[in-house]
Amino acid sequence: MGAERVHALRGVDFQVEKGEFVAIMGSSGSGKSTLMNILGCLDKPTDGQYILNGKPTHRMSGFELARVRNEEIGFVFQTFELLPRASALKNVQLNLLYSRKRFMGSRRSAKAALDRVGLGNRVGHKPNQMSGGQRQRVAIARAIVNRPAMLLADEPTGNLDSTTSEEIIKLFEELHAEGQTIVMVTHEEDIAGHAHRIVRLKDGQIMSDHPTDEDPIHLAFIKQAADNASARATVTGGSQAISEFEEVAP
Amino acid sequence: MILIRLLTQTVAFAFTQIWANKVRAMLTCLGIIIGVWAITTVFSAMAGMKAHVLSGLEELGTQKITVRGTRPDQLDGKVRWSDIKVNQRDVAQLREHATLIKNITLFAGRGMEVRSNTVVKPGVEVIGIEPPWHEVERRYPIFGRPLNWTDMQEQRDVCLINDLAIDELELANDGVGEYIQIKGRRFLIVGVVETREPPMSFGEDEIESEVFIPYDTFEKLEDWFWPRVSAEMVGTNMLDESTAEIDFILRRSRNLDPNWPNTWRVQGLQQQLDVINDSARSMTIIAGVLVGISLLVGGIGIMNIMLVSVSERTREIGLRKAVGANPLVILLQFLIEAVILCIGGGAVGLVFAQATTVALQTTDWETLTDGKFSLAQAEIPMWTMVLAVGFSAFVGIVFGLGPALKAARLDPIEALRHD
Repeated sequence: MGAERVHALRGVDFQVEKGEFVAIMGSSGSGKSTLMNILGCLDKPTDGQYILNGKPTHRMSGFELARVRNEEIGFVFQTFELLPRASALKNVQLNLLYSRKRFMGSRRSAKAALDRVGLGNRVGHKPNQMSGGQRQRVAIARAIVNRPAMLLADEPTGNLDSTTSEEIIKLFEELHAEGQTIVMVTHEEDIAGHAHRIVRLKDGQIMSDHPTDEDPIHLAFIKQAADNASARATVTGGSQAISEFEEVAP
Repeated sequence: MILIRLLTQTVAFAFTQIWANKVRAMLTCLGIIIGVWAITTVFSAMAGMKAHVLSGLEELGTQKITVRGTRPDQLDGKVRWSDIKVNQRDVAQLREHATLIKNITLFAGRGMEVRSNTVVKPGVEVIGIEPPWHEVERRYPIFGRPLNWTDMQEQRDVCLINDLAIDELELANDGVGEYIQIKGRRFLIVGVVETREPPMSFGEDEIESEVFIPYDTFEKLEDWFWPRVSAEMVGTNMLDESTAEIDFILRRSRNLDPNWPNTWRVQGLQQQLDVINDSARSMTIIAGVLVGISLLVGGIGIMNIMLVSVSERTREIGLRKAVGANPLVILLQFLIEAVILCIGGGAVGLVFAQATTVALQTTDWETLTDGKFSLAQAEIPMWTMVLAVGFSAFVGIVFGLGPALKAARLDPIEALRHD
């Protein structure tokens, strides 16, 4: 077809250690989706290597990759991706359905995973009977039920309001505290702040890679957020008129 | 073990999917349902028809055979018809030597004018018979006595009539003891046999009056007739052996040149059965073609709906692939769904066909067709059921494969992005 070859990623080289909580950030077109797909073994790099838990996935066939996805990776999507007609339990079990090792007792492990995310009393509910936060919890339960080497979250809070986002991110922090390796793609600075390391992509290359508390952009963001917060505090504390104005405004 | 679990889960999931789209699934299956229904009913009715005809034939005895003279083409002009006719000498030889047939009788019939005291009736079937005829045809007198060998030897002018003739010739009482005239000769009626309709008639051949006279008398009465020998085999399924024996005896008795073909033909009811079976077979083939077409149409419906299902569930397929379903598993999932749809359709079709069969069985054919025709013995043959379900499954696989392959080949990234 004569299509021009576009390199979504070039010379990206980094390592995630066991037990890390890494955020990958970048504007759209930075190549973070492609990186995500490669990390999730949904896609293979045209060149270079990706070694996951000691396994050279860049050399694997589609069938082997499917198995790696099943055994080593837990996906959490922005849009949850639950089966609408299946109960929470069935949704979590879906992951085990394709597992060779953990198929036996899948019901029990699925229930345990739901307990872990705080939905032990909602096993029979269907997605349309649950709130967005609960749906994402089901999705997280599904992602961890296989005890994956890496939990891969793609904008996990993108479709949630800020309170629910906080809850979900707290859940991630808890899982991380229990030793779960987490890689999270996000474009929200405050969400990324919960990770312990931030990898920033730009034009398919790694722009920066720092621990969160040393990342200059993040530090600047925190500083500005703090300033905004104090400014907002002044405004709310200072004037009654603004809230009245707000009521009239729409 | 894992495979079995995966299969049961997949089957269960396929059922929930189908259940979620009940109406759609039903409409989709309609082609298969109607196809299987129609075709199974046809087979069932055919089985009923065959049973009806067979039971008609079996009443006459499947052991019955007939021998008649025939002139093969290659003997054209070399032999006279009078040498080919089966005759008293042939029968005598058969009676003396044949071991595989019994109740051998000559018979020949002709339409003649018959007069009673009050009626002149033309075209009445007058048949010359010998005493064993009663056994072969299983027609014994209901009034009076049968014909016997003395009647033969003395060439007596006696006759039997069927009970229909009592009315048609306006005879007194049961007719026994009355006289009728055939070709100017007076015959004493000594017995009456039951009227029987010709076998395998579907109301075409009229039941008519019959008069039976001794064969020897018949020979005197009529110049031109074509006699036949009727006999019964001593066992079933031995037409070939009996034929061989008859051929051997007749060749010797007629002193045929070894290079000449037989100047007679032996026919068994078995052969007529074969004819029926043959026509049933060709009907089966026609029906098979029809079922093929209807299932093809049904299959296309299935394929259509499966394609819809695949594109509707693209995201789900993407998710399944993301969590580790390999292409084969996805393929199986959709294939199983298509097969379940088809088998379900086939099963529903079978249920309808069974209902139709029961309706056929309970229909009052006696009053509907005057007892001439009946499908009361209709029954779905076992092989038809197996074939119907098997073929439905086959259609499911064939037409489900395309959509299933499409699903299996989906790129998970693209699929998850689909909306």
